[in-house]
Parts: sequence; structure tokens; C-alpha cells
Amino acid sequence: MKTFGGPAILLDRSDINTDEIIPAKYLTEITKVALKPHLLEDLLLDGKPFDSQSPAMQQARVVITRANFGCGSSREHAVWAFEVNDINIVIAESFARIFRQNMFNCGILAIELPAADIEQIFKMRGELTIEVDLDKTEMTTRSSDPAQAPITCSFQMNPFDRDLVAAGGWLAYADKKF
Amino acid sequence: MGKTIATKIFDAHLRDTPTPGNMILDIDVVMCHEITTPIAIMDLMEKGMDRVFDTSKIKAVIDHVTPAKDSKTATQGKIMRDWAKRHQIKDFFDVGANGVCHALFPEKGFIRPGYTVIMGDSHTCTHGAFGAFAAGVGTTDLEVGILKGVCSFRAPETMRVVLTGKLSSGVTAKDVILAVIKRLTVNGATDKVIEFVGPVVDAMTMAARMTLCNMAVEAGATSGLCLPDQVTAEYLWPFIKDQYSSLEVAVADFRKWHSDPDAHYVETIELEVSTLAPQVTFGFKPDQVKDVSELEGTPVDQIYIGSCTNGRIEDLRDAAEILAGKTLAVGVRGVVTPATPAIYSQALDEGIIKIFMDAGFCVLNPTCGACLGMSCGVLAAGEVCASTTNRNFNGRMGKGGMVHLMSPYSAAAAAVTGTITDPRKFLNNN
Repeated sequence: MKTFGGPAILLDRSDINTDEIIPAKYLTEITKVALKPHLLEDLLLDGKPFDSQSPAMQQARVVITRANFGCGSSREHAVWAFEVNDINIVIAESFARIFRQNMFNCGILAIELPAADIEQIFKMRGELTIEVDLDKTEMTTRSSDPAQAPITCSFQMNPFDRDLVAAGGWLAYADKKF
Repeated sequence: MGKTIATKIFDAHLRDTPTPGNMILDIDVVMCHEITTPIAIMDLMEKGMDRVFDTSKIKAVIDHVTPAKDSKTATQGKIMRDWAKRHQIKDFFDVGANGVCHALFPEKGFIRPGYTVIMGDSHTCTHGAFGAFAAGVGTTDLEVGILKGVCSFRAPETMRVVLTGKLSSGVTAKDVILAVIKRLTVNGATDKVIEFVGPVVDAMTMAARMTLCNMAVEAGATSGLCLPDQVTAEYLWPFIKDQYSSLEVAVADFRKWHSDPDAHYVETIELEVSTLAPQVTFGFKPDQVKDVSELEGTPVDQIYIGSCTNGRIEDLRDAAEILAGKTLAVGVRGVVTPATPAIYSQALDEGIIKIFMDAGFCVLNPTCGACLGMSCGVLAAGEVCASTTNRNFNGRMGKGGMVHLMSPYSAAAAAVTGTITDPRKFLNNN
């Protein structure tokens, strides 16, 4: 199974939609890699444009956010835009159904945590790094600030979703089974 | 314990249950358009899996940007066209015969009560209006659908939305669904199926039911469903007349899909619509909804009438009722796109296109176009559109633009005044 984790970026808003993750004008692309420069291009945080080209964003391997992430369009381009930027985990209070399914269908992780755990992570100072242990269904958040103790949270993982990740996605799973 | 319509459809299509909460369903109709399908086709080709599970169950259309606006969209169209030819997909709709998928496919009779339907498009929930389980999916789900004819869903939890009372003049299914989304919020129905019932739904045309179900996804729902009845059977009659000896027999047969009286719902909400006023969105989320009167006087730059939500003949008739003999306010642009060629042709026959043109509207061919900011009416930064579409997300119709979602009546009223306007002031004279 793939290993998951790395530097995290925090997107402090609920209801971030797929149009903000990848605007429709880029849906004319027919390769996933063409989406790379446009990830989160139309995202507003606190009503202001988000800097999608910042060094922290470039380094990020994990996104942590609030409720109902990925709502709106069914475009898997939103998941691919993360994937081609080497972001293989999105952690949120909750996801829109299609986005969550698209993540697991691509063999990558959409992890749901209780709002209190998300809040605790948002309160940590310093640069954050996430480690995920899929066998224990636990994730640990560490800070670059030595004064901050790491936080370990356990999460639920649907066995079917786990099988999709292990298979490398839904196409590989379905091709074997059906 | 009785079953809901969604559970009955799931049970009738169950292929596998990998875990108790996950169900793999056989899919009756896999619908494809040129935005989300080409990458699936190319991936299947690269993997040596360029096959389709059943050509007769695949319906394909070029609708989002058509005719092609540039080389990239031309390439997407070509990939679809070549694929449809290669696999002899009979129901492929290209330039001249194409229209917005969620208006075109029902019109062709492809959707029937009890069907399972998927498409790489979130507004696939529209087809739930026929008593089908219809859900938007991503490209990988679509790819597996094309190849294997199956799709995975979590076991459906159903929320019941009971619509009571009687809609007053100038208030439509669009206003009802906006009010429902306001009540539920944008994730109030996530992972749930919404079953729309009650006398208001019973009295709705199929066009109105499609508008209602179309926006179920804006509350997060997997699908929105109406129970198939006489109205459904009458709409489908040209396609099912060889299957049933009479309309009554069809209606009776459809009843097998109805939810049982003792079916379990995770939640039931009731909305009395008799006093409902025309609704409009503000901000960038479809649950940010107010009475039109609260935004009255907000200036607009563009009017957009069309889309899978409100581009049907009934919608064009509503708008034309207000626009007849009037013109666009000075400085306001009007764009109308009938959702399918048949609707366009019907609107010509009824003199509706002439009304739009005389009012100063640009009449486009059927396409999704500006609804998602891809072509044909994209906004500049700072511009405002009164729109009959389904999403007001930031940047949706063009970066920096603002979209106010409303009914065709309200959009037509805004066209005439140049500001957001309660349409009833133009209708009470009748």
C-alpha cells in the first residue's frame, strides 16, 4: 500500500467547492498534469483570494480543512489537481459524497475527523506534518514548534474504501472483481 | 419494515455487497458528455481496456461547449465522436442534434421509473424526477460504468421532503427548491437521497419535477426522487406504449416502485408553499437564499435563461409571458439558450423565440455554456448575472462575477427592469 503523509496546509473554511479547487475553464484539458498550476486558483479564504502558489502550498502533501469539502460539481479534476500536486490526503470534518468517492476511487485518502479534532489541529502553531498509519487507522500531527506536543487522532475507515486504496483505485478493484 | 423507493431500486439492482454499508449496483443507463468522459476513454485505451459493457445502455452527448470554441474543446468532441463510432453507440448526439444532457436524455425517453442512472455530472440527480435512482459520479466511476456496468454507493438513507399547499402565481419549482436548499443548507442532505412528495409535487409537470430534483445535489443529496405516477406515464407514453396496454396499466405498474407506507426515513421535513414568494440567492453558496423582494433593486448586467435547471419549454414560456412586448433594460444583456433542439423548435413554433429576439436577447444554440463559465456569456470581474442556472459559486460564470439564481419569471422581470425584481408585479395584470 502507498505511504501517506507529509507537510500539511490548512484551509480554514467550510463548503470549499470543486469550482474553487479547479475552475471549469480548465475542464477542457485532457491530461491530468495540465491541471497542476491551477489547483485552488479561485479559492477565497476570509473573502480574500488564497495564494495557491505560496511555498507552503508547493510543499504540501496533505490538506486539512473544515466541513463539506469538495461540494458542487462531480469533476474528478478536483481530485486529480491534488494528485498531480502530490497531495494524497485531504482531512476534513466532512466531505461531499462525490468528492470523497473520487478520492478513494483514485486510491488516495479522504479522512473524516470529528470537528473537535480538526479544531485542535487548527490551533497548533508552527508548520505541521502529518503521518498516517492505515493499519491502526491513526494519524499523528507534529509541529515544527518544539513547544507543541504531537497530537494523535484515530479515524474511521470504511473497509471497502480501504480495499479501494489497497487495490490502487476503483478501476483496478472492479476489473478484478466484475 | 417497509422500503423507500431508493431501497427498492437498490435491491432490484444489487450486484454485490462488499461490506454491509456499501452496495455495488448494476446500472441501467450510463450517460456521457465531453467534459468528463474523454479522460475515461483515454485511460481505458492506454490500459488496453477500450470496451463498453453494453452499447445500448450508453448515451452520449457533446453539450458543455458546443459547437467547439477552440482546439481543446474540438479535441474533446473528437474523442467522444471517435469513441461513439468505434463502439457503435447509437445514442450519440452531436452538433445539430445535441442539447443539455439532463434535458435531452429525458426527452428521448431514456429514463424510466426504477432505473439506475449515472453520469460524470453532478446534476444527474435531475432524472430522479422519473422515479429513477440517478446520481452524479466522477470520471473513475464513469469509466467503470462504461466498462463493467456497475457503480458503488453507500446504502441509501432517505430524507422525505413533503411539499404541501398550492404554489401561487409567479412562484415555481425553482423557488421551491431554493427554499428547500435554504432550509437544508448545502450539506443538509449529504449521503442521503431526497424523496419529494406531497400535493405540490403531484401537481407538478415533469419539467417542474426535473427542476426540483436537479438541485437536490446543491443540498448535498446523492439523488432527488419523485414517485412515478400518471404525469410520469403521460410524459413517457410515446416510449412505453408498446410495453403497456394502457396508460392506467403503466401507472399501476409504476406503483411498485412507490415507497411503502411504513418505510423508514432518516428525516422528514415539511414545507408549506402557499405563502412562498419568489426566491433568489445572494453570495456564493446556493443555500444563501432570500425572497426576491429583499434583493429588489440590485442592478444586473446580464440575464441568463437556460441550463439543465430551467432551459425547458415551460421555462421559456414563463419568461416569454413577462417579456412579451417589452425590451431589455438599457445596458443589460440577455442570453437565452433553449436546452435542446426540440425545445428550440417548439419555442420557434410558439413565437417565443421572436419574443426573446424582439426583447433584445441573444438566442444561442442548446449548450451548457456560461452556466459554468465555459463559453457563451462568461462574466467579467465585477459583473452581475440574473440566472436561471443552479450554482452561484465564486467564479462559476467567470472569475470575479456574481450570479443570482432565480426562476425564469424572476430572470425575465430583471431583464425588463435591469434590477432584481419580484416578477409578480408583471403577472398580476392577467
